[in-house]
Amino acid sequence: MASSNLTIETLKKMFAEGKRFDGRDLLEHRKLSVETEISNTAEGSARVRIGKTEVIVGVKMAMGEPYPDSPDRGNLTVSADLLPLASPRFEHGPPGFHAIELPRLVDRAIRESHVIELEKLVIKEGEKVWTVYIDVYPINDDGNLIDASTIGALLALKTAMVPELDKDGKIDYDKKATKKLPLAKDIIPICFTFYKLGNSLLLDPTREEEEACDVRVTFGLSNPKDYLINSCQKSGKTPFTQEEIDKIMDTLPKKYDEINEKLKKFL
Amino acid sequence: MRRQTNEEQEFNEESEISAAGVSEDPHAKRKAVIPGEIIVSGEDFLPGEGARREGNDIVSARFGLAEQAGRIVKVLAVTGAFIPRRNNVVIGRVTNITFRGWVVDIDSAADGFLPIEESPRFVNKNAMDQYLAIGDVIAAKIWSVGGKGIDLSLRGKGFGKLEGGFIFRVIPNRVPRIIGREGSMISLIKDKTGCGITVGQNGWIWINGPTIEAQVRARKAIEFVADKVFVEGLTEKVEEWFEKN
Repeated sequence: MASSNLTIETLKKMFAEGKRFDGRDLLEHRKLSVETEISNTAEGSARVRIGKTEVIVGVKMAMGEPYPDSPDRGNLTVSADLLPLASPRFEHGPPGFHAIELPRLVDRAIRESHVIELEKLVIKEGEKVWTVYIDVYPINDDGNLIDASTIGALLALKTAMVPELDKDGKIDYDKKATKKLPLAKDIIPICFTFYKLGNSLLLDPTREEEEACDVRVTFGLSNPKDYLINSCQKSGKTPFTQEEIDKIMDTLPKKYDEINEKLKKFL
Repeated sequence: MRRQTNEEQEFNEESEISAAGVSEDPHAKRKAVIPGEIIVSGEDFLPGEGARREGNDIVSARFGLAEQAGRIVKVLAVTGAFIPRRNNVVIGRVTNITFRGWVVDIDSAADGFLPIEESPRFVNKNAMDQYLAIGDVIAAKIWSVGGKGIDLSLRGKGFGKLEGGFIFRVIPNRVPRIIGREGSMISLIKDKTGCGITVGQNGWIWINGPTIEAQVRARKAIEFVADKVFVEGLTEKVEEWFEKN
């Protein structure tokens, strides 16, 4: 059920007082827990839980042709499947708006941070390169899928191994992969999605909060030193004011450090 | 030999249950079962809701609590979708307005329909959204469930548009536990928090209270109750919970 007028009004009042149903502050994350290498067949994988939200991300490597405009680089493809088991909002059938938007947001945050050194994924220039497939599967949607998926994608990439090739140049899955996926060392892309309801900004909404909000903006940050913003996308009709954007800019470094600290032992 | 012991056991169980009184009794024996699990064997028993007969056995079809009431063995499912029945009180959200009435999402497989004649006061047909607009929440009664759809009615006490407070959802199967025996649980929560609470059979619950804190507390109490599926003596636990929170 989409959000009702009643609940929106109550949430507006609560947010104006800085309160939430679960007792968090407006800009506070829920409990984050992550697991890596959860799949035997994927080259890299991770499971991320933020509160009740759960996302599984897998990385698969395949050989393919490079795009004509980048013959000296590997390819990156991000896809997401919004399984109906994850949420009553998701239905079978052709992908809807959210099913297209989610992987694109993840893709942009990962790609533009240049965390994957795609130029090292060339097997034969102009002919054969590695394609990195990142597959995002939300298992349970309790809001904030974008941020959870990006963390999952990052951790899956960090654990990914490049499979070995046999004599004919085909992938040999029987050989033990020893080479890690080439990643830039100091780049850690993390997404932060700010939601707005009334005049309040909030982070990490639950599903009912997310449904009540009328606008959101996603920032992808990458560098722990100077907090470089690589990607940004706003969706929804309501505008953000200058002050709100300033407030977001003040909050981002703090939140980035906080999440980065939690992820440190997995990176 | 084995069969004999089985039968003996069954008789014992049956006598125990009949001694304890049927399912309404708080001390009736309940057992957690998973789909495909044999609850009891023997020709003496009849499968009720959530159970089926397979040869000599009564087998669970759902994940839940098996309960024996006399000869009937049924399973109270722990999760599941709302199945609308006549006279159910539901809380729904208006999703569309037609010439004849309002389409209401009641969180079941089919939408509910509230005909214009069923509203308790006069409604101008040209300005139906002045009475109920899209996104408004109503408490209604299911008037009929038929091939054409689910018809709702607002006639009766306590039905109509809900104003103030908020609504949230629990799993519909947990609604009986939230209400409690003769409404004991819900009146306990109402007393302790001072909030007005309406529980829809479809799992949607409306809370309207004096302060935000009281409303949030009432919601947390209800979620606490809805979480504790396999716990006995829940009323005492909830009283304990209220002392802590």
